[in-house]
Amino acid sequence: MSTYLDFEEPIKELEEQIAQTKQIGLTTEVDMTEQVKKLQEKLDLKTKEIFSNLTPWQRVQLSRHPDRPYTLAYINAISDGTFQELHGDRSVKDDKAMIGGFGLLDGKSVMFIGQQKGINTKMRQYRNFGMANPEGYRKALRLMKLAEKFDKPIVTIIDTPGAFPGLEAEERGQGEAIARNIYEMMRLKVPVICIVIGEGASGGALGIGVGDKVVMLENTWYSVISPESCSSILWRSWDFKEKAAEALKLTSTDMKGLNLVDEVIQEPINGAHRSQEDMFEITKQYIKKTITELEKIKPDIRINDRIDKFCKMGVWK
Amino acid sequence: MSWFKRNKEGITTTTSEKKETPEGLWHKCPNCKTVFTQADFIKTNYVCDRCSYHERIGSEEYFQILFDKGDYTEIDANLTSGDPLNFEDTKKYTDRIAASQKSTGLKDAVRTGYGKVDGLDLVICCMDFAFVGGSLGSVMGEKMARGIDKAIELKAAFMIISKSGGARMMEAGYSLMQMAKVSGKLGQLSEHKLPYISFLTDPTTGGVTASFAMLGDINIAEPKALIGFAGPRVVKETIGRDLPEGFQTSEFVLEHGFLDYIVERSELKKTIALSLRLFKN
Repeated sequence: MSTYLDFEEPIKELEEQIAQTKQIGLTTEVDMTEQVKKLQEKLDLKTKEIFSNLTPWQRVQLSRHPDRPYTLAYINAISDGTFQELHGDRSVKDDKAMIGGFGLLDGKSVMFIGQQKGINTKMRQYRNFGMANPEGYRKALRLMKLAEKFDKPIVTIIDTPGAFPGLEAEERGQGEAIARNIYEMMRLKVPVICIVIGEGASGGALGIGVGDKVVMLENTWYSVISPESCSSILWRSWDFKEKAAEALKLTSTDMKGLNLVDEVIQEPINGAHRSQEDMFEITKQYIKKTITELEKIKPDIRINDRIDKFCKMGVWK
Repeated sequence: MSWFKRNKEGITTTTSEKKETPEGLWHKCPNCKTVFTQADFIKTNYVCDRCSYHERIGSEEYFQILFDKGDYTEIDANLTSGDPLNFEDTKKYTDRIAASQKSTGLKDAVRTGYGKVDGLDLVICCMDFAFVGGSLGSVMGEKMARGIDKAIELKAAFMIISKSGGARMMEAGYSLMQMAKVSGKLGQLSEHKLPYISFLTDPTTGGVTASFAMLGDINIAEPKALIGFAGPRVVKETIGRDLPEGFQTSEFVLEHGFLDYIVERSELKKTIALSLRLFKN
């Protein structure tokens, strides 16, 4: 059963009409091909209309769409089932909100790392809603160092509402864990690609978000704070999330426009959540092409370019 | 029969003859409520003589405490914030900045100075909490990056004194990326084998903790400072119960292994000088 957001309702209606028309064609043996075709055209047009006029808040909603694929789905599709998950930070435990391991991308080994959200209530809890603890970030760093040792490119997949703000997280140094990752990622000798596939919330995202290419899928957001929290702090009320979403310039197009991310990966017209297979293929092709490009550059130059890119960010007088 | 007899009713001083107590003559410790003269309070480096409560102070005060004879050269003093996002919540961002500049006399939430500490070269970036909560924005990121360049140029040690609520929301994505920017520059400093001392003071939270503040060759702190990633209110809401005594204080963070030592303000200069010497000699 698919879930439809309020602004997706017209799509739902048309899809139902198409299904009904097809059903009538089957049961009455009347040729309905023409009608179905017309409805399909209407659906395509409507979808295009809705998805090309999304407000920032609607994009935030899409980034959290329950039908949207999560990290493991991307990795499994991209590596064609060769992904071998590696566990644990070798110090405290295995964080289920952060996953990683090698997988083959058309025969070539790549280190995949990312936050993982759960697909149902039980799994959401198991995955801690994609909010990693310090051991998650430390596991990520361990795997990045492993990739560096064996000269394998790294792809990080970002989808998190933030780093976990719990008591144990503070005790075990959430701040230090994220800081260390940022610092070390700047200096990794292998190519690093970071892809925001859903939510990119603040330090929790940046903790695996420093790379030669930092890119966002079209219907995602990336900023220093979620629109809800921003609303509660600056407006002192939860009711200004739409306004906050606009003010924060957090959509993929805005972030690209400000040169805070390198590229936007276009999604299929009806969004990653409705055309998952297409989305996986687009992402795979992007990764393949980009790794090839990045591997042509010498490691020390790549590192300098990476640092320079982040150093250029900022506006001052 | 009373001892004294009032012979005129009410207050008889006219408003024009009234004498105000001059501002800043006295200081009352917010912790133990002891009253000091401001002059005495300055002598103790803004630390309560009785309960050793460390009052929050600004960059100028730290520079005076640390640099020999209070003598230092400031760089990038006039760098100010742009408004890349035309940000507006209940107030325009530009208005907030202007108001803060007026009330504090500062240009942004960090100042960079270099000079000698017990004869040793040191570049210090010190935050001012009074300026929009010491928040990390483009100006702070850029000034720290240039401060690191200065340290490399002078072959000097580098120090950041953190006192910040975290990232500056009104610069959204830009403020987030400053965490990466400064961390990247610290890597360059490290290549030159120049020491970086991160000094955490009350409060150090959010994006500042999750980047350069935790990346010192040594991380040190003032006593009883609030240090954490998430703010205590957020943590309390997350776990749904009261926080343990002393949670997220310097002492707590030291105990959990993220600080090298805690230093009283009265010992600050001597201690920093020794650390610098231990790196150098």
